[in-house]
Amino acid sequence: MIAPSVFTPKRVAGDGQVQQFHALILPHLDAAYNLARYLTRDPDLSDDVVQDAMVRAFRAFAQFRGDSPRAWLLAIVRNCCRTAQASARGAMSLVVHESSLSEKAVSQLGNHADPSPSPEDMVMREADARGVRAAIEAIPEPFREAIVLRELEELSYVEIAEVTGVPIGTVMSRLARGRAMLANELLAPAKAADEQTRSSK
Amino acid sequence: MPACADQELLLGGLLDNELDAANVALVEAHVARCDGCREELERMQALRNLLRANDVRHRAPESLARRIGAMPELRAKGANDNRILRWLGPGAVGALAASLTVATLIQPGANAVLDQEIVSSHVRSLQPGHLTDVETTNQHIVKPWFNGKIDFSPPVPELADQGFPLAGGRLDSINGKTVAAIVYHRRLHTVNLYVWPARDSAERSFVKDGFAVKEWSRNGLRYAAISDIAPAELQQFHKLFEAKSS
Repeated sequence: MIAPSVFTPKRVAGDGQVQQFHALILPHLDAAYNLARYLTRDPDLSDDVVQDAMVRAFRAFAQFRGDSPRAWLLAIVRNCCRTAQASARGAMSLVVHESSLSEKAVSQLGNHADPSPSPEDMVMREADARGVRAAIEAIPEPFREAIVLRELEELSYVEIAEVTGVPIGTVMSRLARGRAMLANELLAPAKAADEQTRSSK
Repeated sequence: MPACADQELLLGGLLDNELDAANVALVEAHVARCDGCREELERMQALRNLLRANDVRHRAPESLARRIGAMPELRAKGANDNRILRWLGPGAVGALAASLTVATLIQPGANAVLDQEIVSSHVRSLQPGHLTDVETTNQHIVKPWFNGKIDFSPPVPELADQGFPLAGGRLDSINGKTVAAIVYHRRLHTVNLYVWPARDSAERSFVKDGFAVKEWSRNGLRYAAISDIAPAELQQFHKLFEAKSS
């Protein structure tokens, strides 16, 4: 038997907030990790980034007022990814402005898949999931993060705009470009394919 | 004929369910006329199926979940976790889910545990490849599939005409009991309906962790529907299900 006091909220100052954090934020651990994996493309760095993001999220949690804890957490994860990558690779710029990249240039960027497969990769049930992951990892970051947030995390446009700090119109065009790149890579060519007409903006 | 350049963003908006009614009507009318845009929309849907159907989404390794669970900031100061875990006993499904969620139990009672299990099970089911054991839109396949796997027979009405197409079924475990999970879709959302034998008790509706839950009893079976759709829509689902299964 447990004394009822065990369940009494705010018995100890701060416990209520810890419980809230467990209820609202920790269920999105997979989402946080998935975003980190696709942004950093590095399993070990992803672990560190997610842990760092959780610490920051906890410290900032008292100020959290929004209605989407997931989007709020993912925005923190995204910032932590940028910080971690900047320090891991020196001052290498992570911001590739999409207007400076044609799809041809994009396709020449090549494949940045992880060199070392993680255990979960090895037990992956469907072999072509590896190909899909590699294709996502190969597209430039602005498109990659929009695709991951929309297709894998199923965030709304408004939430993606919040997480990535750009207007909704930019979210829409990044998704369109990202989808076009992935379709080129993963799907059989369209019967009516004429990418030139669609990609010129 | 290629897709029209000026329709590209609208096609994406249609696929993503982000257009208002007027634009939905406009784009749908255009797609009906334009072969290029129809093909483009089909390609975008095919791409989505590819991205979502496979194990493409990464899941946090258990070691990371443990590391985060052990962070001093996240330990409730009462250090009650072990006692609550013992209290949950063998009913807890999945040590990870339990360790992440036990601290959210604020009030005692079987309902709190059950509610949490329903939410946890729903969240788990949304992981790629976990939603359905039998994947079909045909009620006459789902219902017999449960035969021999469970010792009760849940109704599986067809609700596609009412906007809740059947997606399939699976066996799941709630509170240590084997339950039938019948899966419906609502637009891009998933409704899990858990069914198990239990004494009749009062209807309940509540929202937990952002998920709407509706529970009711009928003919010796307890039903718990959960989804991220609006509570009002879940009420509608309940009414339709009751009307069609009687």
